[in-house]
Amino acid sequence: MTEMNEDVVVIGGGAAGLAAAIRAKETGAESVLVLDRDSELGGILPQCVHTGFGLHYFKENLTGPEYIARFVDRARALGVESKLDTMVLRLKPEKEIVAANSLDGLLTIRAKSVVLAMGCRERTRGALSIPGERPAGVFTAGTAQRLMDIEGFMPGKRVVVLGSGDVGLIVARRFAVEGAKVEAVIEILPYPGGLARNIIQCLEDFSIPLLLSHTVTAVHGAERVSGVSVAGVDEKGNLIAGTESMIPCDTLILSVGLIPENELSEEAGIILDPSTGGPVVDQHMETSIRGIFACGNAVHVHDLVDHVTETGIVAGSSAAKFALGELEPLKNRVRLRPGSGVRYVVPQVISGYQPATVYLRVRNPVRNATIRAGDITFPLRAARPAETVTLEFTEKRNEKLRGKAELEISLEEKGHVD
Amino acid sequence: MKADVVVVGAGIVGSTIARELSKYEIDVAVVEKEADVAFGSPTKANTGVIHPGFDDPPGTVRAEHCSRGNALWHNIAREVAAPFEEVGCLVVALKDEEIRVLEELKSRGDANGVPDLEIVDDDRLHRIEPHLNTGAVAALLAPTAAITSPYELAMAMMENAVRNGARACFETEVTGITVKQDRVRGIQTTRGEMETQFVINAAGLWADRISAMVGLDQFTIHPRKGEYYILDKKAGYLARHVIFPTPSPISKGIVVTPTVEGNTLIGPNAQDIDDKRDMATTHSGLAEVWAGACRLIPSMADKNNMIITNFCGLRPEPDTKDFIVGSSKTVTGFINAAGMRSPGLTAAPSVALKVVDLLTGIGVELRRKPAFDPRRRSIERPMRESSLESAQSLIKEDPDYGYVVCRCEHVTKGEILEAIRRGASTLDGVKFRTRAGMGRCQGGFCGPYVLKLMSEELGIPAQSITKRGRESNVLLGRAKDLLREGNSND
Repeated sequence: MTEMNEDVVVIGGGAAGLAAAIRAKETGAESVLVLDRDSELGGILPQCVHTGFGLHYFKENLTGPEYIARFVDRARALGVESKLDTMVLRLKPEKEIVAANSLDGLLTIRAKSVVLAMGCRERTRGALSIPGERPAGVFTAGTAQRLMDIEGFMPGKRVVVLGSGDVGLIVARRFAVEGAKVEAVIEILPYPGGLARNIIQCLEDFSIPLLLSHTVTAVHGAERVSGVSVAGVDEKGNLIAGTESMIPCDTLILSVGLIPENELSEEAGIILDPSTGGPVVDQHMETSIRGIFACGNAVHVHDLVDHVTETGIVAGSSAAKFALGELEPLKNRVRLRPGSGVRYVVPQVISGYQPATVYLRVRNPVRNATIRAGDITFPLRAARPAETVTLEFTEKRNEKLRGKAELEISLEEKGHVD
Repeated sequence: MKADVVVVGAGIVGSTIARELSKYEIDVAVVEKEADVAFGSPTKANTGVIHPGFDDPPGTVRAEHCSRGNALWHNIAREVAAPFEEVGCLVVALKDEEIRVLEELKSRGDANGVPDLEIVDDDRLHRIEPHLNTGAVAALLAPTAAITSPYELAMAMMENAVRNGARACFETEVTGITVKQDRVRGIQTTRGEMETQFVINAAGLWADRISAMVGLDQFTIHPRKGEYYILDKKAGYLARHVIFPTPSPISKGIVVTPTVEGNTLIGPNAQDIDDKRDMATTHSGLAEVWAGACRLIPSMADKNNMIITNFCGLRPEPDTKDFIVGSSKTVTGFINAAGMRSPGLTAAPSVALKVVDLLTGIGVELRRKPAFDPRRRSIERPMRESSLESAQSLIKEDPDYGYVVCRCEHVTKGEILEAIRRGASTLDGVKFRTRAGMGRCQGGFCGPYVLKLMSEELGIPAQSITKRGRESNVLLGRAKDLLREGNSND
């Protein structure tokens, strides 16, 4: 068995992992190794051929491949090592990793610190329990995108998309641009999940109907999909009797949620937050195991890759400092908990002595509200569940945190709800 | 084309009969309308339980073959290296009144020759099955009950049969049987005619139609749908045994069982339907399955985020209320192995022995084949089963076994290529042999790569690869094809 020793090992070479590896190297870690199961670096971005990436981080409008190429190039220039087509099989709490690939066979890698950047996976038809037949032609949005943009195939010609998050909208447009007929995008909620600009640029510009407060109730087709049944749902999400109709199509695309991939974290014994599906992290992005850090969509599903990059930078810097013996333990750990109107808060632990950026998601769309964290308040003009809200705990605000062990963050609505 | 014996159907019954016949110096052909072994509903989608044999009253054909089949599988499954685990089963009484039924089942089982049956009290019951409903008062424990993967078992049996000289013809549907002077002379199929004097009808749901082709219409097979949920391996701790409720007259009830891969499987309900092609799960059926499982394992209630998928199967329910195993009295050379709903999987090897007797009985001379090799080698699974040292040496020998294609189930490229070499011609064929695509992401990550591997290995364009044969193509062309055709969204 091949054995290796590294300062920092990053599991996952997507946007989060590359940012972490680069920053770890920049911070002074001597050896930084990225492990990825795909045959190229970049994670999901090489297949995201649309624009909209980098508006915050680079102040430029880039495509996915353009955005990630900058990180791949930088990592190479800095001497970040990588092993591709390599699957991590085990992560032990003492920071020993067992991985496999064709070239080395089995690898044991001992790391001074580890960064988890495994990203997320798509929720499937099975997880949603959509009943009906099981024909060919049901794909998750990411798989369809990969087939079109990397492999060069058409997964379908007459398409229904379930889920109006940004991924669903972008894939609907991608099908339309390829000349496929997109019959409808279906959304169970009474409002669309994706950004307003994507509703216009992906649906309205291509005359694709958006069916709100509806869902797919059955899949039809013995061999290939022949259609889907759709029905209206009430505010509680219950089906409304008598509203069922059939949309003929050959393909159903599911864009119904992403799930952080944390099987390795769980096996290592890292504590997960049930509200995010990712590890509980502090503002260093350190997990419940000392020296193991996490970032990006493995921690919680982000709305923008720019934010993913930022969490990678924090994790990479912390991991390098830990490997060099320079990471001071967090002073005065304050555990943040989501209160009313708040679905989750990340990081879950901050200090009263260092500035921290905290991301949260609201449960329902709100306007003119206030976010309250103990004595600290943040005005919130508008937010939707699909967008993360960023809270800056500045040095001044932080003074009010000192001495606290726990803090609930909740939403106080002043104005009306959409 | 010619064959001494034609077996119609490559489900578990047909595959097991073919493997039994491959022990003899005769030419056996299996014809199957689907694209692969076990692609018909009854074998593909059932609970995967090798029953001990206490359900059916003594004197029935089912009782005759069930307990004997159970004993036979213990050896055969090992020979063909199919997954098989003797986990035992529990029939659980949730009320005192049900204990009487357990006692009835036990005496029935004793009469059928089922070994080691015992009724366990609540104290012991909750110790051996810790997540069971605390209200359970007693259970019948049958230690010889086992679990298997029904499609892998059927595929392993057919693979071994073919290795020993049997032929398998897929996507070949029988359209007629030639009978002259009350003797079978041949069959007609969608791929031409085949001369034969002996036809064994193991056609599952369609066995009544095959039987009618020789003018025998004494029975009909109607489909009884059963729906299932399969849960994540993370919920695999919920059941240690195959857990049955106390049975109703029409069904053994909704079961909670571990699978050989460590998942938890729940189901089936029982719904009589008309259409043998109706393979759709339903809201109401799945709700019934969920509720039934929660009655046995109440902590199931908050596990709906652990669902991997749902599916359904059709039981081939004969109107005669028993297996139909026997030689036709009017057409010499036609043998039925029909109506084999549960416990058909369990009974298959016993019925296969019976078929050998029946063939001998109508004058077929069966001489043992000295070269018969009962053993099959399973596909290596270096990332899952073996120790890391043996994985290392396997990867050194064949680097493809070091490349993990299916992330969720840790299936390597080597396994997928081996499955294709062993006959997988469709995406489901690869999935059933290797589990690539059976995990949490349901093939989202590995699907495109498996298509690419199949395309390279089979030498066909990826667009012609199907999920399970016929028109179930996964891809509908190359990117830009539609633009060239001038199609558009408006």
